[in-house]
Amino acid sequence: MAITIKINGADRTVDVDGDTPLLWVLRDVLGMTGTKFGCGMALCGACTVHVDGVATRSCITYVDSIGTSEITTIEAIGATPAGAKIQKAWLDREVVQCGYCQSGQIMSASALLATNQHPTDSDIDNAMSGNICRCGTYLRIREAIKQAAQSSGQGG
Amino acid sequence: MRVDHISSFAAGSARSSSARGVSRRAFLQAGAAAGGGLLLSLRLPFANGEADAAGAPGFTPNAFIRIGSDGKIVLTMPYVEMGQGTYTSIPMLIAEELDVDLKQVELEHAPPNEKLYANPLLGVQATGNSNAVRAAWQPLRQAGATARTMLVAAAAKRWNVDAGSCRAQSGEVLHPPTGKRATYGELAADAARVPAPKNVALKRPQDFKLIGTPAKRLDTPAKVNGTAVYGIDARPPGVKIATLAQSPVFGGRVKRVDDTAAKAVKGVRQIVRLDDAVAVIADHMGAAKKGLAALKIEWDDGPHAKLTTDAIAGELEKATLGSGAVAQNIGDVDKAMASAVTKVEATYHLPFLAHATMEPMNCTVHVRKDGCEIWIGSQAVARVQAAAAKTAGLPLDKVVVHNHLIGGGFGRRLEADGAARAVQIAQHVDGPVKVVWTREEDIQHDMYRPHWFDRISAGLDAKGMPVAWNNRFAGSSVASRWASAWFKNGLDPDSTEGAIDLVYALPNMHVEYVRVEPPGIPTAFWRSVGPSHNVFVTESFIDELAAAAKQDPVAYRLALLDKNPRAKAVLALAAEKAGWGQPLPDRVGRGVSLQFVFATYMAQVAEVEVGKDDAVRVRRVVCAVDCGTVVNPDTVRAQIQSGIIFGITAALYGKITLKDGRVEQTNFDTYQILRMDQAPAIDVHIVQNFEPPGGMGEAGTSAIVPAVANAIFAAIGKRLRKMPVDATALKQPG
Repeated sequence: MAITIKINGADRTVDVDGDTPLLWVLRDVLGMTGTKFGCGMALCGACTVHVDGVATRSCITYVDSIGTSEITTIEAIGATPAGAKIQKAWLDREVVQCGYCQSGQIMSASALLATNQHPTDSDIDNAMSGNICRCGTYLRIREAIKQAAQSSGQGG
Repeated sequence: MRVDHISSFAAGSARSSSARGVSRRAFLQAGAAAGGGLLLSLRLPFANGEADAAGAPGFTPNAFIRIGSDGKIVLTMPYVEMGQGTYTSIPMLIAEELDVDLKQVELEHAPPNEKLYANPLLGVQATGNSNAVRAAWQPLRQAGATARTMLVAAAAKRWNVDAGSCRAQSGEVLHPPTGKRATYGELAADAARVPAPKNVALKRPQDFKLIGTPAKRLDTPAKVNGTAVYGIDARPPGVKIATLAQSPVFGGRVKRVDDTAAKAVKGVRQIVRLDDAVAVIADHMGAAKKGLAALKIEWDDGPHAKLTTDAIAGELEKATLGSGAVAQNIGDVDKAMASAVTKVEATYHLPFLAHATMEPMNCTVHVRKDGCEIWIGSQAVARVQAAAAKTAGLPLDKVVVHNHLIGGGFGRRLEADGAARAVQIAQHVDGPVKVVWTREEDIQHDMYRPHWFDRISAGLDAKGMPVAWNNRFAGSSVASRWASAWFKNGLDPDSTEGAIDLVYALPNMHVEYVRVEPPGIPTAFWRSVGPSHNVFVTESFIDELAAAAKQDPVAYRLALLDKNPRAKAVLALAAEKAGWGQPLPDRVGRGVSLQFVFATYMAQVAEVEVGKDDAVRVRRVVCAVDCGTVVNPDTVRAQIQSGIIFGITAALYGKITLKDGRVEQTNFDTYQILRMDQAPAIDVHIVQNFEPPGGMGEAGTSAIVPAVANAIFAAIGKRLRKMPVDATALKQPG
């Protein structure tokens, strides 16, 4: 079944079963490997993308459920103001270790920052606790989100 | 081409007295590089006293530095980046002595070649045991200094001036009296013809410009925009995706497969049946998983069909009642125990643990008639090559391995079982196939951190101080399987690290190890390896002794450290920074731990709250570390934060259990990982000195587990001798 979805501003048509998770369409069909597989059950957040700006686990999102919604992935998040700030803060704060979960972390964090310019610790916990990092970069993720939020506050 | 022997580095001299005396010669060779320029080849020496497993006669270099006529400086080295910052800290060593910016050094990953690229501390080509910086510390600086000296000599000859009047700076040689200057690139070819110096002076630590300063990681930009390529991201043209079901019981086999429904799934191309596994080959992982779910597989569970963790634990417990191999004996324990005023006894128990790397196991393979190509992220790429060659029945040189970034290693990717499995599958597939383990397969078919059982006792004198220490423990020896040469006389250096050569003054001490291999269950190195077990036991037990002596846990430890000033200093620092002794709310306690493992001294104080509902929360961790010379302080901090979080996961949640021969945990719901909202504040305090560097990748993990257990004791008076923390156990007395 040919299904057309909008990814990072471009229409892409794929021929897969409608109940194929978006994750595999991105990674295996379209070759967009920045979005990662971690658990397949929305337990770890490695596969997080934005669907109309909302952080969404692509591993449990059927491709036929997307309709006309716009998907943004890690490959394009730097083009959004919140995503660019988050990426910069991630580098400034040396958040990354193995880096495998960080696509998902950055997608969750940029969705948070896009809707909440001054997240509290509790806001950060709520937005980020679905994303597991086995290298334990949580402390730096929290600092980086705060730094990015501060740069938002300064209009930067 | 000339060969120089640069003698006697004292690398690793901080290692405890148990280090066996070995020759610590490193070899360095300088000459012309293919394509022009200067090439230095060096052999990294052994730094921790393990036997030279390579044992090769003559000169066998395992790292190369090439300074091209274009000015490029390329380091080829055998270590891999898995998040620990090695791709940054290792080049810092060369850049420091060469007097170039860090960004001028490019890294090339070594191809698989066990003979050439063997890790000097492991004896095989692998990255593990927290030793990349430890091993490279002296020889890479020596190599950098040698290259610099040769470049300066080449310039002096060209300008007909005294080399002493020239100096190196930022990739150039300068002659200040005449203002002449030449880049390293311009000088590289001439430098290759200069006799290599017999001795070079290394920079004094106080003159370091790079070492000890926080350097930005070189591997991170690609990891924030989705362009970094891990093994699982490899996409050779025409690649198919496979996923698999392996016998749920270790050692079981496939009895019958009905693949009718699986084959009908859109995108499924092929079903591969192996002796003990079935794989679905498809256009994408979605189809492969759907196909796998549609398979009807009947298993023959084999000899381990009824195996349980309790049975394994029982065997281990029984083994500690017999005798084992003597790992360390000091004084006369029996005599001292007989004269002791108080005797304290305990048993401890640690579970199997999965690695649960965020990147699930995967391996891409293309088997052709005359060769085999592999795409993988591995900590031990030569092992992958060997396993693939053996499985495919090919000579080693017909197997090409492309190594990739690693989405978490923690010891899991020191193993080549996944590559062997992927080759088995790929042999049935026309074209390349990427085999991806589901998370469930990854957790249920891991090679696990061993299960351990310890029987330990101590005798205290009238003042409550230990006069006798007797410890016998049983568990699997990973080292004996992984590097059989390490296992001698019933012992291996990993299983005992942290149980012997303790930091404390113990006049009479006896430690025995009993190797017991669990039936069917494969075991493997797991972040902080032997110390992940031994430090928990020794640091819990010393805490028990302090309690039996009715003394403060920090004061008790300090009293045993008069002969160990570096250990004493980190303990005192951690206690001070943690506000040790200051009042805390009800049901909140501080617990301490101290260790000297991986050649690094570390003390931690954990502040833990035990809720009324017995929910345990680690609120804050203070860590003091003396890891000798710090190469990249930001990496040291990051690795300690990382190791602590990893250890808290193990302390609070970590266990793999077996029922009917099957691993009961499946995914992150049943094998939980610490999350953002549970992560404690972590303060790291680094003791500055210029001792040789110690390892940093794992120390944080082994130190935190006993600190948490000791803090729970301080909070509610309950001593936990079995990990992980169990809410039911918290309710029980004592």
